[in-house]
Amino acid sequence: MINIWEVNETNKMVEQENLDVRTITIGISLLSCIDSDLKKLNEKIYERITTVARDLAAAAETIENEYGIPIVNKRISVTPVALVGGAACRTTEDFVTIAHTMDRAAQAVGANLIGGYSALVSKGMTEADELLIRSIPEALCTTERVCSSVNLASTRTGINMDAVRLMGEILLEVAERSKDRDSVDCMKLVVFCNAPDDNPFMAGAFHGVTEADAVINVGVSGPGVVKTALEKVRGENFETLCETIKKTAFKVTRVGQLVAQEASRMLHIPFGIVDLSLAPTPAVGDSVADILCEIGLEYAGAPGTTAALALLNDQVKKGGVMASSYVGGLSGAFIPVSEDQGMIDAVQAGAITLEKLEAMTCVCSVGLDMIAIPGDTKATTISGIIADEMALGMVNQKTTAARLIPVIGKGVGDTVEFGGLFGYAPIMPVNRFSCDAFIHRGGRIPAPIHSFKN
Amino acid sequence: MDKTTDRAIITVVGKDTVGIIARVCTYLSENRINVLDISQTIVSGFFNMMMIVDMAEAKQSFLDCQKGLDEIGADIGVSIKCQREEIFEKMHRI
Repeated sequence: MINIWEVNETNKMVEQENLDVRTITIGISLLSCIDSDLKKLNEKIYERITTVARDLAAAAETIENEYGIPIVNKRISVTPVALVGGAACRTTEDFVTIAHTMDRAAQAVGANLIGGYSALVSKGMTEADELLIRSIPEALCTTERVCSSVNLASTRTGINMDAVRLMGEILLEVAERSKDRDSVDCMKLVVFCNAPDDNPFMAGAFHGVTEADAVINVGVSGPGVVKTALEKVRGENFETLCETIKKTAFKVTRVGQLVAQEASRMLHIPFGIVDLSLAPTPAVGDSVADILCEIGLEYAGAPGTTAALALLNDQVKKGGVMASSYVGGLSGAFIPVSEDQGMIDAVQAGAITLEKLEAMTCVCSVGLDMIAIPGDTKATTISGIIADEMALGMVNQKTTAARLIPVIGKGVGDTVEFGGLFGYAPIMPVNRFSCDAFIHRGGRIPAPIHSFKN
Repeated sequence: MDKTTDRAIITVVGKDTVGIIARVCTYLSENRINVLDISQTIVSGFFNMMMIVDMAEAKQSFLDCQKGLDEIGADIGVSIKCQREEIFEKMHRI
C-alpha cells in the first residue's frame, strides 16, 4: 500500500514545486467538414468542434478535483485549415471567417486556445496554402484564441525557401498590426521544421492528417520538480545526476499518463500521446534555466550549457518513455525566453545570446521560442534566422521551430510584457549584417543526403 | 460515471489539536466510508496524517465528500485533502 512519505512527496510536488498538467488538448479532424460552400463549411466546423469538445472543461475540472493535480490549459487542435478550407476559400478574407468560427467554437466549450490555423508547405505551397498564410495577420489580430503554425521544412523534403521568405514578411505584418499591444499577436504564430502531428502545445498544435477523428493528447510539466530533486545531489557525479533526472521524469510523466487515460475515458475519445516536455512558466521555481544552473552553470548560456541541456533532454526522455504507453509531440525540454524567469535573468545578465540559443535548439525540443527582437529587424533577417533554424531540424532529423516577436517601436534594452503565463522578455540583439541576396534567391533547399553521416 | 477504483487518500496537515482524527473519522463513518489504513506523524511540529479509505459504499459523491472534509478542516484549522488513490499508485509503483 501507498505510505505517508509517498503521499507527501506527491503533494509537495504539486503544492511547492509547480507540478501540473500543462494541457489537455483534444485533436479534432475537420476533414469531414470540407464543403465548397463557405457558409456551410463554417457551420459544420462550429458544430463539429462544439460537439466533440463539449465536455472538455468539465472533464478537466473533475480530474483536477479528484486527483488534486492542476490542469492549466484546456485546448483544441484541428486539421490544418489550409486543407479544410481549400475547396471553399477563394480569398484571404474567406479563410479569416474560418478563424472566427474556430475562435467562437473554442470560447463556447471553454478552451483556452485553439490551434490548427496552419499550412504544411515544406516542399511547395498550394494556392490555398498561400492564401491561408497571407490571411494569418488578419486572422490572428481579429481573434483571441486562434493559434497558427506553418511547417516550412522537413528532413525528407528540404526547406521551402519561398515560404521562409514569405513568413518573414508575414511575421512583421502580424507585429505591425498588434504594435499598440507590443506586437503580442506574434506569440500565436510559430514556424516549424518536421512539425509533429500530435503536439498538444501551443502555438504549434494541429491535428495531423495521419490522426484519427478525435484524440486526447496531454502535455505534462515539472521543471520545478526536477530542480528540487537535483538540489539533493549537488556535487555528485553525472551518473547520479542522470539517474535522478530519469526517476523524476518517470514520476512526472506517470501523472500525465493517468490524466490522459482519465480524460480519454470521461470524454469517450481515444488516448493519443503524452508529451514529455519540461515546459517552464515565469513563476519562480518553474524554470528550465534554473535546472541548468542546478546542474552546475552560473547562468544558462555559460560554456557547458549545450552539453547540460543535451543531458537533461535525453534523461527526461529516458525516464518518461517507460512511464507512458504512448509518447509523442515535442517531448523534451522547452527553452522559451519570456516564459522562463531563469532565461530572462540570463538575457539580462548578458549570459545568453540568440546564437547560443540556436546552438541549444540542436539538442532539445522545439527551437527559438518566445524571443523578443527589435521591431526594426528586416523581414529578410527574420527569414534568415528562420532558415538557420529550419536547417538545424532538417539535417539533424528533429523538430525545430521559431517563435520570434519583433516588437514594433522597441529596441535592445527595452522590455516587453506579454502577461500571465507568457511572462516578459528583454529585447535581444540580432546580428545586423544582411542576408538579402540569400533570401531573395527563391525556390527551395534540397533535402539532405541520408547516408554518409558525419 | 463509472469509477476505476473507489479508494481514496485523505491527508490532514496542520497544527496539532485534540480530536482531529475523531472529527474526521466521525464524518467518514456517518458517510459510510471505510478506513483501510491510517498513519500519522509529526513533521516539524505539524500534525500530518494519511488515511487510505474505501468509498465504494459512500453516501455522497466524491466531490461532496471533499466539500464535507473541507468544512471540517476549516472548522478545526487544518488542511484536509481527499484525492483518488491512483495518482499516488501510478507515481510510486511500476
